[in-house]
Amino acid sequence: MNYFDKDLTSIHQQLVDKEITAEELTRQTLDNIKKQDQDINAFLALSEVAIDQAKKIDQQGIDSNNILSGIPIAIKDNIVGTDLKTTAASKMLENFQSVYDATVINKLKNLNSVVVGKTNMDEFAMGGSTETSYFKKTHNPWNLDRVPGGSSGGSAAAVASGEVLASLGSDTGGSIRQPAAFNGIVGMKPTYGRVSRWGLIAFASSFDQIGPLTRSVYDNAVMLNAISGLDDKDSTSSSKEVPNYTAGINQGVKGLKIGIPKEYMTDGVSKDVKDAVLKAADKYRELGATVEEVSLPNSKYGVTAYYILASSEASSNLERFDGIRYGYRTENANNLEDIYVKSRSEGFGSEIKRRIMFGTYSLSAGYFDAYFNQAAKIRTMIINDFQNVFKSYDLIIAPTTPTTAFKIGEEISDPVTMYMNDTLTIPVNMAGLPGMSIPVGFDNDNLPIGMQLIGKPFDESTIYRAGYAFEQNTNFHKKTPELGGH
Amino acid sequence: MNKVTKEETQHVANLSKLALSDEELPKFNDQLNSMLGLFDELSEVNTNGIEPTFTVSDQIDITREDVADNWNQKDALLNNAPESVDGLIRVPAIMDGSDE
Amino acid sequence: MNFETTIGLEVHVELKTKSKIFSPSPAEFGDDPNSNTNVIDWGYPGTLPTVNKKVIENGLIAALSLHADVERHPHFDRKNYFYPDNPKGYQVTQSATPTAKNGWIEIEVEGQKKKIGIEEMHVEEDAGKNTHGNKFSYVDLNRQGTPLLEIVSKPDIASPEEAYAYLEALRERIQFTGISDVRMEEGSMRVDVNISIHPIGSKTFGQKVELKNLNSFNYVRKSLAYEEKRQEKVLLSGGKIQPETRRFNEINGTTELMRVKEGKDDYRYFPEPDLPSLSISDEWLEKLNQEMPEMPANRRNRYVNDLGITDYDAMVITQTKEMSDFFDTMIKNNADAKLSANYLQGDVNAYLNDNQIKLENTKITPDALATMVNLITDGTISSKMAKKVFKAITEGQDPKQYVEDNGLVQLSDPAKLQPIIDDILNANPQSIEDFKNGKDRAVGFLVGQIMKQTKGKADPKVVNKLLMESLNK
Ligand SMILES: [Mg+2]
Ligand SMILES: [Zn+2]
Repeated sequence: MNYFDKDLTSIHQQLVDKEITAEELTRQTLDNIKKQDQDINAFLALSEVAIDQAKKIDQQGIDSNNILSGIPIAIKDNIVGTDLKTTAASKMLENFQSVYDATVINKLKNLNSVVVGKTNMDEFAMGGSTETSYFKKTHNPWNLDRVPGGSSGGSAAAVASGEVLASLGSDTGGSIRQPAAFNGIVGMKPTYGRVSRWGLIAFASSFDQIGPLTRSVYDNAVMLNAISGLDDKDSTSSSKEVPNYTAGINQGVKGLKIGIPKEYMTDGVSKDVKDAVLKAADKYRELGATVEEVSLPNSKYGVTAYYILASSEASSNLERFDGIRYGYRTENANNLEDIYVKSRSEGFGSEIKRRIMFGTYSLSAGYFDAYFNQAAKIRTMIINDFQNVFKSYDLIIAPTTPTTAFKIGEEISDPVTMYMNDTLTIPVNMAGLPGMSIPVGFDNDNLPIGMQLIGKPFDESTIYRAGYAFEQNTNFHKKTPELGGH
Repeated sequence: MNKVTKEETQHVANLSKLALSDEELPKFNDQLNSMLGLFDELSEVNTNGIEPTFTVSDQIDITREDVADNWNQKDALLNNAPESVDGLIRVPAIMDGSDE
Repeated sequence: MNFETTIGLEVHVELKTKSKIFSPSPAEFGDDPNSNTNVIDWGYPGTLPTVNKKVIENGLIAALSLHADVERHPHFDRKNYFYPDNPKGYQVTQSATPTAKNGWIEIEVEGQKKKIGIEEMHVEEDAGKNTHGNKFSYVDLNRQGTPLLEIVSKPDIASPEEAYAYLEALRERIQFTGISDVRMEEGSMRVDVNISIHPIGSKTFGQKVELKNLNSFNYVRKSLAYEEKRQEKVLLSGGKIQPETRRFNEINGTTELMRVKEGKDDYRYFPEPDLPSLSISDEWLEKLNQEMPEMPANRRNRYVNDLGITDYDAMVITQTKEMSDFFDTMIKNNADAKLSANYLQGDVNAYLNDNQIKLENTKITPDALATMVNLITDGTISSKMAKKVFKAITEGQDPKQYVEDNGLVQLSDPAKLQPIIDDILNANPQSIEDFKNGKDRAVGFLVGQIMKQTKGKADPKVVNKLLMESLNK
């Protein structure tokens, strides 16, 4: 079963009407993944218990009020669960079996969703092309020579290729939105604290956030409803009440005030991308919103400040991978120091080492004030920029990425260029805001173009509303890659 | 112009418990320097009077009541350890004497 | 050349809580290895800490009792280093915003009182425990995450005796707040020491040397005394003090080089992003201040001045908070202060010593002991009978019930005693004769007869009085 002409609502209806059972759906989904994934490589592992779980759900009966009941879902492999190994696409965790479930997995299990597999990603979520995965390279379903973006490249490609309807990714500096843009799908990075991080293998704790990737805005809202909320196990998760994200989704954008930051529409952004975003702006005007240019003057410091802060946090978060309690241990140890140094040097890929080195340097004695603390102050300035704009505007729109998907192998060799690709997504993580990428067009090579909708803290509802209005009045989301189940 | 010397890069690797091969050391040294080149533009930003932001969580005063709850994960945890003996995690002898 | 000594003490006390500081695992480490650990304690990928409120509260109680300035917006920091007993590769502690700063405590050395400043105090997680074999070391993470309070002194301590007095004063104060057992033998109090000396009048401090393996206050004092002399000798012979860590040798009382410190440790502290900051309210501090247990010096004053017991007894009773609280409860039960104090520092202490047991772990209750003291004071039982009653109390028996069941009530009613005395006198005319001839021994004999007749229950004071009256008639 390929999902190109389906969505959560229609599949749910089929399950309720007993046109298909959860078991059949899961079986067909897995069969299709096995076939299609030979080209895409979106998955690192498929569940061996999924079919049994689906059978149980059939026995219990599909709950007509629970849209996710019996629905197959894919999970990025940095989210731990007890049913499958969790590798974070690293040799370090090649055989790692978690002994607990992440909160998001718990929530999906409680809703009777079926986790069918774990998706490929950049190692420990560090990268923007899924090429730093220790295990395999994922291909962009729109063009197999292109990267799927990253780090949630597997989760995005799995949805874009119709292998599943919905997946979970994580976004630290753009890792949901950028692959969503590259794959022509919808990817939401919720407000920091909206979704529990319990069970998400930490990259940069003050930035990381789990979010859904889907082919439609509505489906995305359904998924966020399922995974949001306060969690006692994550002290940074918000106690703010979770609204029903699908409830007001069709209210339209009439009267909405939308800003386009001029700093996001510079020469560094390709003409195709800019044009698509400007056309989207016109569409919003047509639908009754006002769209005006705004300024986020400190955005230009975002990438650099982010790399200092995120790498510093990462250097600390990755210290636990030491070969002593779990994970990879070197076979060439003569003493304790060998266990540390060799396990880490053999277990981590070079992108990980590079970021650990940056981070360690930024935090080390004598440099903390110049780097870490200065970057943290710039973070405040970036937050203030957004707050100023949001005094007068309800929403910000901007390109998600400067270009469409690049070729596999094209940028991986140059870290600095690679990092610059995240220029447009990073400020949202710096400020902890919600941001969603939706498809808004295609370039000359028929590669999808993504646009970000950035909202006020905890105002995912307005983002969904605007995204849904755009989708209802355009056809970009209906286009599917030629590959796959056609 | 390189700000960070190879010795400093080596020191950072030591702090990080990473071994850099003869080829890796100059490569990482160059990359560290090109990143620090970027970092330098930040030092020119005027941040006077700006408080640093270390978290964007909207939470404050989040505490837990003092109630003990044993999750009974001992066996599963030991099972994942590369080496364990009699319920203890085993490592090669700690020789630096910094322990009691 | 004469030198001045500067001593710094870092004291870690383990806070008494049910669960760990950042995980709900039981905060007990006597159990089977790793049995009180979970995925958080092991630093599993994806796990996050949560803060135990009691730990924050205990930190505040310590801060208030040591007159320190409380940090109103504390956050936690990470201290990064690799070690097998440090599962996350970092310790969560407080560095930028310790719980409190600028406290002080008063000490007394040879009658001289002195205030010792406290630089800061902060709460943090303890590490696991390594044990060492020949080829291997072994890690038990039961202790990982148990809450600690670290108290750092200002460089005000100028002699080994002052260091000793500081530790005594600190232990006493902390113990009376009830937040820790502060027992060095049990590891709930650990002391790290550094010492430097400099020529009198010199404005800069000398090179610090750290001392390890200090398992008692006495060892702290001894090692410091040795080290003071050693450093003096080195400097006087033109040598230089190295930055080093030295180990106290308990057997010959010397210090030995463990390792020379090369460069400063680089712990790369930064704010812990997994924990939101806290805000400490006026109301909370006010409440803690109101609930603060009375400190030992106040208690001693009250005991001596208001209750009239001796300095010595007051000192003994305030050795532990448990005993002092016990005494106060006895007083509330209207027990005579002097007699209560006598029993506590006498029979009770002897019992604790003989059985190597802590007061709170015995069956002796303040209510029972107060009842016994009141029985003595009102003449119901004799102090001789009280021995038996005390034994019964240690077995958890009710003293009144015991006295009744065993017929220990003292005969002190003259109306009941007089007929017995009359009978004895009638039966022993010879003794009356002897008494009149000045033979005092006769009185002893008669009393003995009366006691025998009453099976020892007669109140000797009353018997004596009535007997003399009868004889002198
Ligand atoms: Mg400390
Ligand atoms: Zn400490």
